[in-house]
Amino acid sequence: MGAVRATDQERSVGHGEVILDVENLVKHFPLRRGIAQSLRGGPELAVKAVDGVSFNVKKGELFGVVGESGCGKTTMGRTILRLLEPTAGRVTFEDIEVTALSAEQLKQLRTRMQIIFQDPYESMNPRLDVHRIIAEPLRIQGMVSNSKDAIPYIEKALEDVEMTPPEEYLYRYPHELSGGQRQRIAVARALVLDPEFIVADEPVSMLDVSIRGEILNLMLNLSRERGVTFLYITHDLATARHICDRIAVMYLGKMVEKGPTDNLVKHPLHPYTRALIGAVFVPDPKRKGFGKVLKGEVPSPVDPPSGCRLHPRCPIAQDICKEVEPELVPADDNHMVACHFALG
Amino acid sequence: MAILEVRDLKMYYKTLRGHVKAVDSVSFDIERGKALGIAGESGCGKTSMAVTVLRLLPSNGKIHGGSVKLDGIDIVKLDDEEFRKSVRWKKISMVFQGAMNALNPVHRVGDQIVEAILAHEDVPHQEAATRAEELLDMVGINPKRYKEYPHEFSGGMKQRVVIAMALACNPDVIIADEPTTALDVMVQSQVLKAMEDLRKRLDLSMMLITHDLSVIAQTCDNIAIMYAGKIVEYGNVIDVFDNPTHPYGMGLVKSFPNIKAERTRVRSLPGFPPNLLAPPKGCRFHPRCPLAGDICMEEEPELIEIGSNSHKVACHKVDMLERGVNIWEQ
Repeated sequence: MGAVRATDQERSVGHGEVILDVENLVKHFPLRRGIAQSLRGGPELAVKAVDGVSFNVKKGELFGVVGESGCGKTTMGRTILRLLEPTAGRVTFEDIEVTALSAEQLKQLRTRMQIIFQDPYESMNPRLDVHRIIAEPLRIQGMVSNSKDAIPYIEKALEDVEMTPPEEYLYRYPHELSGGQRQRIAVARALVLDPEFIVADEPVSMLDVSIRGEILNLMLNLSRERGVTFLYITHDLATARHICDRIAVMYLGKMVEKGPTDNLVKHPLHPYTRALIGAVFVPDPKRKGFGKVLKGEVPSPVDPPSGCRLHPRCPIAQDICKEVEPELVPADDNHMVACHFALG
Repeated sequence: MAILEVRDLKMYYKTLRGHVKAVDSVSFDIERGKALGIAGESGCGKTSMAVTVLRLLPSNGKIHGGSVKLDGIDIVKLDDEEFRKSVRWKKISMVFQGAMNALNPVHRVGDQIVEAILAHEDVPHQEAATRAEELLDMVGINPKRYKEYPHEFSGGMKQRVVIAMALACNPDVIIADEPTTALDVMVQSQVLKAMEDLRKRLDLSMMLITHDLSVIAQTCDNIAIMYAGKIVEYGNVIDVFDNPTHPYGMGLVKSFPNIKAERTRVRSLPGFPPNLLAPPKGCRFHPRCPLAGDICMEEEPELIEIGSNSHKVACHKVDMLERGVNIWEQ
């Protein structure tokens, strides 16, 4: 079991130094049009995956981004790292403007910003052994000249992810490892460059429940003991609730609410957050009951609803919601919400 | 009386390296109108057990003993043709895992339900089509969408279609294998609500297979926790969730994150499940168990009743556990 005590988790947030600042980030994926359509003119269509998102992450924080599939959380994570080029907006990492960097500068920044992908079965080359998988970032960054030099780094990374003794795993191939071990390798690969910031995109959703805790606790330890900052992207509010310092909720490319975890989970303000929390099943048969869920389904991000994007499904929507898009405004102490009626 | 009575069921896959004992002496009952949840990690034999009951085994899978009594008749003993004609889909049907992709993309949704009906019943096409519309209506889809194709449906709706298909021949028992795993929480809640309503209305018995304990807690009456091809803990959901007693069951229940609970550290169970080609001797959980002693390495524990309400646990150290020590706490 993990070494971090519950009390250590309850740190005050909101006073730290900002490490990542995202300003009005936009990512649209243009849709291809047929010849006839483009001749006829008309508006360019695009999937508005991320449509104006602003937030910041503080040093050493575990910041959770939660939302249903298609809300743009993964696209946002990748756009922040510029694995996808943003359509508009600005990302600043410490004092470096990530969105203005050249390819060469970006490559240098990769030593400080890394990512862990969702699927440990697909994010690794099956033909490389553990040693070569973890050595790859070092080789790309030119930090080692040959594979022998890489060994100390690799062994340290393996120890960091509690795969000990490292020699036992160095020459194994991904198929010889369990899902949890593979995801540890993915974490080790992200850690080998000693980054300050890691985007963890659904790092446990492919794993069995009994081993999810291992990876989550690992992230928690890295953040508490080494000060690594995490952007934890997930659809699972229940795990975010237990490891994140702050949580932001996304719906159709927009951030609808963000705040300190306890506050947000216990006193959600936005109708979408309330529905999302209500829909999460509780592993307790004495608290039976299906929460009230929103009617209908998530509309297409190509042509999102006008005004507040939730209005066609929202139980408290009024006329203003159809026309005016609500801004993310402070409700109290670091808790922000984008709803015309959330604040009474 | 139990509608489904499984006793000592064994199903092994034959491979070049020997038998994989995917289902090894599994016994349980499902009462009429009740739901049993089968929980466990990937590879513990949950799905294998479901396909064994429905006799949909791949060519290398074979039943090596045991019985499956449906309404008193041992359906393991029926020959294939008779099983197909009188049991599969008419008495027991199944909602498959990844059902969203189980629909044929080039056929109309309604026609696919009709196909399921006509494969099992000798009725005119028109009658089957009418029934397909009723079924769509029953799972909360507008029957007008009969003529649409799967790509015009969202994930949750496709899942409803597959449920409608499973209900096509009015079965007594429905096996749902991870019916909501690929769905978002809100859609999951909608689909499970629909299933629950149907189950009550049609007095269906259900076997729900999932790794998601919260789904079982919310929808089932009983739970069986499987580990490495065996049931290690069985009982009423309230007993098992309140007082999980097998070390594995306890670890699994306690490691499941609960959004309504106060913030705690996330727990995990160290290690990983054994290779079923050569499962550990004695108790299959002993290599991961903090309580394991000599007897655990030698003798396989039996599933025995503890307390009341037929809460059963297969563990040699059950006396120690009954006192409520949390062995995973450090």
